[in-house]
This record gives sequence, structure tokens and C-alpha cells, in this order.
Amino acid sequence: MKEKKKKERKNTLPILCMVGPTSLWLLFFLLIPLIYVVVISFMTKGAYGGVVFKFSIDSYKRIFDPLYLTVMWKSIVMAFETSVICLIISYPFAYMLCKVPAKVRGMLTLLIMLPFWVNGLIRLNGWSNILRDSGFINTLLMKIGIIDQPIQMMYSEGAVLFGMVYTFFPFMVLPLQSSISKLDQSLIEASYDLGARKVKTFVRVILPMTLPGIFAGTIQVFIPSLGAFFISDVMGGGSAAYLGNLIQNQFLVARNWPLGAAFSVLLIIFTLVVLKAYSKVGDLDDLA
Amino acid sequence: MKRKEKKKMGAGSIIFMALVYLFLYMPVFVIILFSFNKNNSNIAFDGFTLKWYLEVFKGDSLMKNFWLSIELALVSMVISVVLGTLATIGLYRYEFKLKKFINGLLYVPIVIPELVIGLASLASFSKMGMTMGFATMVFAHVTFCLPFVIITLRSRIADFDSSIEEAAMDLGANQWHTLKRVTIPMLTPGIISGALLSITLSIDDVIISYFVSGAGDITFPIKVYGMVRGKITTNVYVISTLMIIGIVVVYLGAGALGRFLEKRKEIRDIKKIEAQ
Repeated sequence: MKEKKKKERKNTLPILCMVGPTSLWLLFFLLIPLIYVVVISFMTKGAYGGVVFKFSIDSYKRIFDPLYLTVMWKSIVMAFETSVICLIISYPFAYMLCKVPAKVRGMLTLLIMLPFWVNGLIRLNGWSNILRDSGFINTLLMKIGIIDQPIQMMYSEGAVLFGMVYTFFPFMVLPLQSSISKLDQSLIEASYDLGARKVKTFVRVILPMTLPGIFAGTIQVFIPSLGAFFISDVMGGGSAAYLGNLIQNQFLVARNWPLGAAFSVLLIIFTLVVLKAYSKVGDLDDLA
Repeated sequence: MKRKEKKKMGAGSIIFMALVYLFLYMPVFVIILFSFNKNNSNIAFDGFTLKWYLEVFKGDSLMKNFWLSIELALVSMVISVVLGTLATIGLYRYEFKLKKFINGLLYVPIVIPELVIGLASLASFSKMGMTMGFATMVFAHVTFCLPFVIITLRSRIADFDSSIEEAAMDLGANQWHTLKRVTIPMLTPGIISGALLSITLSIDDVIISYFVSGAGDITFPIKVYGMVRGKITTNVYVISTLMIIGIVVVYLGAGALGRFLEKRKEIRDIKKIEAQ
């Protein structure tokens, strides 16, 4: 007993030295700021922006304004559609990536990460150069004579969805790839040997075993797409309003911090719930 | 067995993969093409010129924003790697009360929308009386890079042979010595990939910087965000093209360096065996 106590005390100093700095950092720059957002959400908006420290739940009442409810619903639908399309592209892609010889696979994985070195905004602008009325596709089609009027592709909900899928699908590929590469091949062979066909093997064996990867990938796409205001700015034009734009606007333009904070609290709670749920089915480290 | 796997990679798969890469790289090609555009307003491609490259090399005002981004990424990386390496080893080696809580806290910046970290930082930093600028950007960038560094390192430390550390201790090395001479060298590959990840995340960041940057300290992506609704000038495409060339060179160089070091080590090992 005494021995154990002594050992623990001996370890206190190294623990403080090693884990202390990171803990303090997260306390000051993550935990306190997040708690402060929760506090602000219960305060009153100042007359010229800013926050007056008088308790009120007005901001939470205002969330239920039909206008805001519509924006939230639109954002959730958009995030859901983005996740589904990303999954449809990424699952077969990740599966094929796992079938490629190891040497080429490293190279191909690197090629997925490489475009990140061109800022996401600029890459979206590149798409805008391709898709807009005077862009490559319309210019080409008009020159050939297939169309006389440019087809409007930019500045629509479809364009925002396109931009979201483009931006987030690599984040779906990586967790899926890690999950699929851990598949136990002998189970798949056993399934074939027992007479199951391809589809059945996929639905009954492969899919359930890669479910943690599917969850991890979906989290990596769904949650960030709720907050990514710059995608709808570039692809949707000025009129597109999603939850991210709404919060950004409340903080920096309308300067109603309590209302912006109340929307953020919804996102914080949602994130924590998802994290808790995911920790039951998969390895949290796969999220990075 | 091998033949069976090869058979699975059919023409359909190859075409599908090629299409996905085309989707991924289309805008990158457009950016590279437009960096040679004669017309600075970039409505259409008007002809080939190297004019904008020369202008960027001469010292363009945008380069100031670019170097600020690099500086920010490097400072944030150094802090994240130092804090992250210590924390990873501490969290791996010791058991203590708050461990579970700290581990849980680490996942929050990874999953939460960046927007929330950005506005939470803005609100709390200004409440603490800080002026938004380089320092506040470093605080916020380290906060979201640090967890990625720790998780990258953790995946390496998990396959560690802890008996080597124990052997060092048994041979009389103290904790500090073991850390310096055994643990950190074994972690080096993880530290390098963590550092690269940290730089990538930091350089690419728009959302968090948007909230905590000051009027005098504007990063490259924030400057671009200001342009993106109107017209992007060609120097943006030039700098992006140079960055992607730079990073390809770095990757190829790092790969070559890795192979060189491995070979040198092999030769040294062989010599050691021969000497014995």
C-alpha cells in the first residue's frame, strides 16, 4: 500500500510535465471558449452588438422562428445528401484502393491528399471557372452548337451540393479505406464457400464488418458540412443561406452574438452526442 | 491466390478510379492553366503568358499574406508537435484520474465544426482583452492541430515495444534520459507525419482564421476569401501552382531521403555484423 502510494507520487511530476501543458492548452483555448459560448447564448444582445450580461432565454425562443427552422432543415437535408453521395462514391473507391498492390496504393493515397495543398476556396473557384455561364463547359457546348443559351449550373442548391461533395469526399475515403483494409479475408472466403453469392456476401458479411468505417466517414462529412459557410458562399452565390452562413452572419454582420451562440450550442450538443454514440461502435482514433 | 486478386481489379474499377481522380483534379488543372492567363480578370482564358509568375517573383503584395500563412503554419506546428509528443508519451505511459477526460476532450476539435471553434475563440479571446492578430491565430490553430498530432503519434506508439524502454531503465538510464535517447527517436517517423499534417491543416484553414485574424495579419486563404465572390486575380493561381509544385518536390525529396537513410542504415548494420 505504502509502496504504491510512493510510486504514484513519484509519477506526479512526470505526468504534470508531459500531459500538463496540453491539458492547460485545451482548458484555456478549447474548454473555456466553448463554455463561454454556452454562457453567451443565455445573455442579452447589446444595443450596438456585443453582449449584455443579463440572463435571458430569448435567443433559444428565436431559434423556433419558422424562418430559422427552414434554414436548419435545409442544412440538415444538405448535410444528409452530401453524406449519402460521398458514401456512394467513396465506398467502391476505397474498396478498389484496398485491392491495388501496396506500392501503388501509397502513391494513390498520397494523390488524394495532394489537392489539399491548393486551398479549398481556390479549388472551388476552379470549379466555378468550369461550371459558370461563361465557363469551360458552356463555352464548349455553345461553340459546338449543342446549345444557344448557357446552361445555368452555378449559384443553385445543386451547385452547393456539388461543392460540398467535392470538398468532403476525401474525408470519407480515408476512414473507409482503413476499415476495409482490416477486413478478415477468410470470413469472406468462408461466406463464398458456404454458397453465398456476391451480393449476399457483401450485405451480410462485408457491410457489417466495415460499419465502423462508414460511421467514421459519415461523421467526418456530415458535421463539418453543417458549418462550412464558404462553400455556399462560393457555389451558391449571395442568396444561399445555410446554418453555417446564418451563424457566421449573426457573429460578424448582424452582431447578435447571443443568437449566433444559441445556434452554436445546438451544434456543440449534436457533436457531443454523435461522439458519444460513435465511441460505442468504433475507435475514436479513426476519426482523425 | 494472387491471380485471383488481380482478376478482381477489372477495367470497370480502373475507369471508376480514374474518374474519381479526374473529379478531384479537374479544378487543380484549371488553376494551373489560368496561372498562365494573359487576362487578369479570369473570365476566360485569353492566351499564354509568364507575366504573372515574374510579378510574383518580383515580390507581389499577395506574397506577404502567403509568407504569413507559412509562418503561422510553422509556429503552430512547432508548438503542436512539442506539446503533442509530450502528451502522447504521458498519456500512453501513465494512468491518472483525468486521463479519460483529456482523451475525450481531444476528439472535440476534430469533430466539431470549425466554425464553432472560430467563434468561440473570437468571443473568449476578445473577452480576455486580446486583440485579434498573429498570436490569436496561433492559439486557435494549435488548438485544432494538436489533437491530430497526438492521434497520429498515438497510432505509432501503440506498436511500440515497451521492453526497450524498460531495458534502458534497467540499465540505469533515468526517465529523462530514456525519453531523450530511446522514446523520442523511436517516435520520430510519427513526429514527422504529425508535423506534416499540422502544417497542411493550418495552411488550408479558412474558417477559424476568418474569425481570429486581425486587420494587419491576414493569411493567404483569408485574402482569397475576400476576393472569391468578386474576381480572383491571376497571382492567386500562380501562388497556388507554385505551392503544389513545391509540395510535390518536398514529397519526392522526403521519399528519396527516406530511402537513402534506410540504405545507409543497412550498410552500417552489415558493417557492424562483419566487424563482429
